[in-house]
Amino acid sequence: MKVVVCVKQVPDTKGGVKFNPDGTLDRGAMLTIMNPDDKAGLEAALRLKDEYGAEVTVVTMGLPKAEDVLREALAMGADKGILVTDRVLGGADTWATSTTLAGAIRNLEYDLIITGRQAIDGDTAQVGPQISEHLNIPVISYAQNIKIDGDSVVVERQYEDRYHVVKAKMPCLITALAELNEPRYMTPGGIFDALDAEITTWGRANLVDVDDANLGLKGSPTKIAKASDKVRKGAGEKVAPDSPEEAVSYIIDKLTTKHVI
Amino acid sequence: MNKMGLEEYKGVYVFAQQVDNQLSGIALELLGKARDLAKDLDTEVAAVLIGSDIKNLADTLAEYGADKVIVVDDPELKDYRTEPYTHALASVINKYKPEIVLVGATAIGRDLGPRVSARVQTGLTADCTVLEIGDFPLNPIPNQEQKHNQLLMTRPAFGGNTIATIACPDNRPQMATVRPGVMQKIEPIKGAKANIEEFNPGFTPDDKYVEILEVVKSVSDTVDIMDAKILVSGGRGVGSAENFKLLQDLADAIGGTVSCSRAVTDSGWLPRDLQVGQTGKTVRPNVYFAIGISGAIQHVAGMEESDIIIAINKDEDAPIFDVADYGIVGDLNKIVPQLTTAIKAELANK
Repeated sequence: MKVVVCVKQVPDTKGGVKFNPDGTLDRGAMLTIMNPDDKAGLEAALRLKDEYGAEVTVVTMGLPKAEDVLREALAMGADKGILVTDRVLGGADTWATSTTLAGAIRNLEYDLIITGRQAIDGDTAQVGPQISEHLNIPVISYAQNIKIDGDSVVVERQYEDRYHVVKAKMPCLITALAELNEPRYMTPGGIFDALDAEITTWGRANLVDVDDANLGLKGSPTKIAKASDKVRKGAGEKVAPDSPEEAVSYIIDKLTTKHVI
Repeated sequence: MNKMGLEEYKGVYVFAQQVDNQLSGIALELLGKARDLAKDLDTEVAAVLIGSDIKNLADTLAEYGADKVIVVDDPELKDYRTEPYTHALASVINKYKPEIVLVGATAIGRDLGPRVSARVQTGLTADCTVLEIGDFPLNPIPNQEQKHNQLLMTRPAFGGNTIATIACPDNRPQMATVRPGVMQKIEPIKGAKANIEEFNPGFTPDDKYVEILEVVKSVSDTVDIMDAKILVSGGRGVGSAENFKLLQDLADAIGGTVSCSRAVTDSGWLPRDLQVGQTGKTVRPNVYFAIGISGAIQHVAGMEESDIIIAINKDEDAPIFDVADYGIVGDLNKIVPQLTTAIKAELANK
C-alpha cells in the first residue's frame, strides 16, 4: 500500500504571536512548523505504515527552506520526501496550488492521499478537495479514525452535529483533523538519518498534465485587491489583584456598572 | 480555464444547505446577503436546493428572499456526499451560468465549495466576512483594465491577524464561502411563493460515490454557543474535564453557557460544538469570560467581536490580555468559585 501525504510549512502561531511596534505581525520573528492538521495526517499515514507496511511519501510545495518539514517528516518515519519548488509556482492561490500538487502526485503511485484539513496561515481548507477533483478520485474531508478494508478505506467523516461512517474505494483522498491523533515525536536515530536523507526536488518540468496558464500568481483565478493588518480593538485594563477576594470584587464592580448583573 | 463570455453569467445563486430535510440557518443568511448583491447588480437571487424529497422547503427560501428556487431532487442526494452534491451544483452552474455562487462555510460547504470550484474551473474564496460589489483593481492602474461590478470578498487570514479583499475578475462564477453567523437574514416575506424550477442532471453512481455505512448523530441538548448572550469559556489552563465544573457553576449563576478553546476539545474535555475559534464557531456574546485561555490568534478570531471580554489567566503575558476589556492576572481555581458565590449573592440582593 502506498500513501502520499501533503504537508505545508507554516509560521508558528501557537501560544504567542510576535507583533511589530506598529501592531502588524512580525513574521520574520516567528518560527516555522509543520502545519498541525498536516502533521496529524502524517501520523495517520505512519500508523498505516506500522499496521499494514504502507510506504509513506511526503510532498510539500514551497520555498527551498520548506525542505525542513520534509526532514521532520522523515525523522518521524516517512520513507520519502519530495519538495516541489519553482519560481513560476509562487503566489499561487488554492486553485493553482492544488493544480501544482496534483501535477506532482501524478508522478507517484498511490492508494491513499492524505492532506491536512486546513493550514493555520490561510485557513481555507480548499486544497485537499481540489486536489481530489483534479485527480478525479473520491474525497472524504474532516476524517477521523481511518481503517483499511480490502481495497477500500473506512473513516468517520465529521459534521457539526454528527458523523458519517463512510466507505470509499481507493485510490481516495482524505483530509485529516489535528484532533485525529497525537503525532509521534521524531526519534534521535530518525533525526540523524533524516539529516543525511536524499530529498527529491521537483520543479515545473516535473509536473504532469499541467498547463502553465494554471500555475502560480498568473494562473490563480482569485486576485488580492487589498490586504491589511486587522485593526484590533486593543487591550483594555489589566489588573493583578493581591487576593482572589480583590479579583472578585473587581469583576463584580465591572459586571454591575455594565448592567450585566 | 475558460475565460470567455463572462457577460453571459447572470444572477446571484445561493447553495441552500439542508440537513435531514431542514434548512440550515446559513442558507437563509446567505439569501439576505444575496439580495443586497443582486440589488447592486440589478439581477435576480436564486436558491439551489439539493436533496431528496425537499421541494417543500422552497417556499421558505422564497420568504427569505429567493426570486427563484432551483430544485435538484434525487434519492442519491438523501444524505450529503461529496460527489453527487458536486455533480448537482456544478451541473446547475453549467446550465444556468450564475455570476456569483455563495456557499456556507460549514462542514458540508467547505467540502462542496472547493470540489465544485475545481470542477467548474473557477476561483473560490473561503470564509468571507464581507461581500460587496465594486471595482477591481480598487483604484485604476495604468495599462490595466479596471473591471466594474466585481464581487469583492473580504476574509481574515492568519488566524484573523490580517484581512484581505479578494476578487475573481477573469472567471465565472465568482464563488465564496461564508461563515455561519456573519450575514443577516431578512425579515421573512410572509406568504411568498417560490418560483420553482426542477432540474435533474442524472446521477450514475461510480467509485467516487462513497458509501455511508452509518450516520451517528451526537446527542446534544446544549444551547448553541452562537446564540448565547453570556459565554463562560475555558482553555487549557482549566486543567481537566472535571475542573470545568467550576465554569459550569459560574455559567449557571450568571445565566450563561460554557464554551471552550481548541485545546480543550483536542484534549477531549468538551465536545467540539462548544469550541470557539477559527476551527470552531464565531461568537459575539454580550459578555465573554476567557478563563485559562492563553489567547492564540485562532481563538481570538472567533470571539474578539464580543461586547465585553473578561479574561482570567495566571500568565500575565498571555496574549488574551491584548484583547480583553478587563484582564485579571490570577489563579482561576481560587477566583472562579468565589466569583460564582459573589454573583449569586449579588443577584439575591436585587
